[in-house]
Amino acid sequence: MKRLLSGNEAFALGAWEAGVQYAVAYPGTPSTEILENLARYPGVKAEWASNEKVALDNAIGASFGGARTIAAMKHVGVNVAADSLMSVSYTGVKGGLVLVSADDPGTFSSQNEQDNRQYARFGKFPCFDPADSEEARRFMGVALDVSEQFQTLVLMRSTTRLSHSKSAVEATTPGAREFQPLPPFTREAEITRVILPAIARMRHPVIEQRLVEVAQWSETTAFAQGVNRTDWGDKALGIITTGIAYQYAREVFPTASILKLGMSYPLPLQAIRDFAAQVETLIVLEELDPFIEEQLKAASIAVAHGKDIFPLCGELTLAQVRQGAVKAGLIEDNELRMTHDESPLTVPARPPALCPGCPHRAFFYTLSRTKRKVVLPGDIGCYSMGALPPFAAMDMLISMGASIGMGHGFKQAGGQEGVVAVIGDSTFFHAGMAPLASAVYNKANIVIAVLDNRITAMTGQQHHPGTGTTLQGAENKPIDIAEVVRALGVTYVDEVEAWNVNALNQALRAALKHEDGPAVLIVRGACVFTPHFHVQTRMQVDLEKCVACGSCFRVGCPAILKSEEIYPTNHKPKSSIDPLLCTGCTVCMQVCPTQAIAPISE
Amino acid sequence: MINHMNFLFVGVGGQGVLTASDIAAQVGLDLGLDAKKSEVHGFAQRGGVVESHVRWAPRVGSPTCEEGTVDVLLSFELLEAARWIDFLKPGGIVIVNRQKIMPMSVSVGNAVYPTEDAILTALRQKASQVVAVDALPLAEQAGNLRTVNTIMLAALATLLETDPAVWETAILRRVPPQYADVNKVAFRLGQQAAQP
Repeated sequence: MKRLLSGNEAFALGAWEAGVQYAVAYPGTPSTEILENLARYPGVKAEWASNEKVALDNAIGASFGGARTIAAMKHVGVNVAADSLMSVSYTGVKGGLVLVSADDPGTFSSQNEQDNRQYARFGKFPCFDPADSEEARRFMGVALDVSEQFQTLVLMRSTTRLSHSKSAVEATTPGAREFQPLPPFTREAEITRVILPAIARMRHPVIEQRLVEVAQWSETTAFAQGVNRTDWGDKALGIITTGIAYQYAREVFPTASILKLGMSYPLPLQAIRDFAAQVETLIVLEELDPFIEEQLKAASIAVAHGKDIFPLCGELTLAQVRQGAVKAGLIEDNELRMTHDESPLTVPARPPALCPGCPHRAFFYTLSRTKRKVVLPGDIGCYSMGALPPFAAMDMLISMGASIGMGHGFKQAGGQEGVVAVIGDSTFFHAGMAPLASAVYNKANIVIAVLDNRITAMTGQQHHPGTGTTLQGAENKPIDIAEVVRALGVTYVDEVEAWNVNALNQALRAALKHEDGPAVLIVRGACVFTPHFHVQTRMQVDLEKCVACGSCFRVGCPAILKSEEIYPTNHKPKSSIDPLLCTGCTVCMQVCPTQAIAPISE
Repeated sequence: MINHMNFLFVGVGGQGVLTASDIAAQVGLDLGLDAKKSEVHGFAQRGGVVESHVRWAPRVGSPTCEEGTVDVLLSFELLEAARWIDFLKPGGIVIVNRQKIMPMSVSVGNAVYPTEDAILTALRQKASQVVAVDALPLAEQAGNLRTVNTIMLAALATLLETDPAVWETAILRRVPPQYADVNKVAFRLGQQAAQP
């Protein structure tokens, strides 16, 4: 039966069908749903790791033991795992090992739009690029076979558009399956798994030869298995494309010949030469980097058009592909599709905001109102929105766990201001402990605020070591952040309730006075989407007392609205509170100078 | 018989836009066509904009619609219809929920939410038909505020040349059994709301 599956659901199904019995990931948009889905299949052990390097290391160990394994992460997560990734290429694998990298062209929810196909060339391992959910399912099995046949990690590259779009998949309902113990481990055969310098020197030529052999596989078997495919059409125009870009090519150039590469590295150069020889004009259509185009040019294959007409930056769209094709005279502009009329209407933006009741609100409000000049390194999570109005309380933000290291460096280099590095609980376990140890070791006088909302919130409420609940629902002892921090040698540790504005203010001021190494402030308050969060009596505005001063708007709560009533003295609208959105967190009540906000009386 | 349709479902995080678009894609398959659906929901849970493309055809290529090619724009929020109107093809249909959800930029006073008249006028400049649905009060009338998406889909089913029963069946497959009755009521109300 045909079912609509997202790319991520299809990756999970394909992995299960191909016998993957261990899978591991750190959540990250757009990759998160792969493990969430795989975890529900029978006979599979699926885990959240504390970060992507841990995830890949887990997968490598499983593969060395002989298990078929996948690790999944977002594109920037691969950077975290890159140390092991570059060297597992040298060690090779035993059980099939596929790393799913979910890239984010268009940076819908990421800090950059790096093209992770480059990792395949850099690390010298194969890369698959499925174009729809059916291919996501099917290629997963092929990739695991290739991994075992050539003893190499295989990169499975997805993008937001593939991971988060649904298309029809021929899917059966999974039957029962038992989790199988691995065969006894044999050391002799595994000597290449210990990548000492002498072994690395020996392995390098082997992996170069492996690439040649995989390229040969791409020339032959990949076509036989429908991973690579030629759609012959009019030979006036030939298009080489891969991944989701194939869908745009098929639609914008319905009659052209297309060489669709399901494996984007290493390239089947002979098949490409043959294709090029048969078409009059050869173009390359790919999202982000000219990854294939440059390799073709380096191989002296005449490419008429590529990134000269298609965008280098951002997600490809049908419109951009069409515009590029018209510009180059490849198609006629016979349809006027872009119809931007001058609308008299100005449509206000709808930026994301911290949810009503969010435990981060009072903290960022406090930071935004603090008199003392402080420098605020931030981190990756919902609390990244502390950078947005009305708070604008963040000065630097670069990657997972970087807040502590950046704050440390700024201070040690002679920074005059107080430093408050902000990090979340999941991020703390991901990459916060190592920089904290370094800050203790080097006596960096910075404040580190750990906003502990007891979940990985931004990616949709995944558990982590601080919650104790595993991906498959086992309940283990949560790791207490305060205990970890003390064990790492921090002498100043304070804990404060997330919704108490005065307490936060005092705690911040006290922590900033500490001058004997890092001071850690743990802000405790559960995310509104966790069962630990409880809605309280909702708030309302007493319009008799409201003086339209705007104080409550500065807490940036979506539940606080302008009312119809104008305060005569300043001619500004008084406030009102949407009772459907309000969670009764009381932050607005605490900041109101005229006590106009109070719980709704029963 | 319909064989090519482009839909764009838009709204604000939490309104059920993604579920509704899932159902619409499934209806495409149920009608014997190929279907694809594509959504962007990075920050949607935090009150951001949600967009979800649904395409039906004998064979669908791109999972997203091109600007100026959408047959039906289904907006779960008034302002969002105006934001996405450029995706509509000239002469397309707009189904818009009259509910207003204030963006933060408006509630803090940095921007103005246009009047309903101004928005509907702008929509009518582009569309052959604009159907404004009071989905939230109707959902309340049906007995559950979360039936807004059923009401919107019922309005869509009524305006398309498709058998509404296919839509209703697809909806009922998605809702827990205890909510079947309330969704059946909501479906009738949505159908009535879309009658000319």
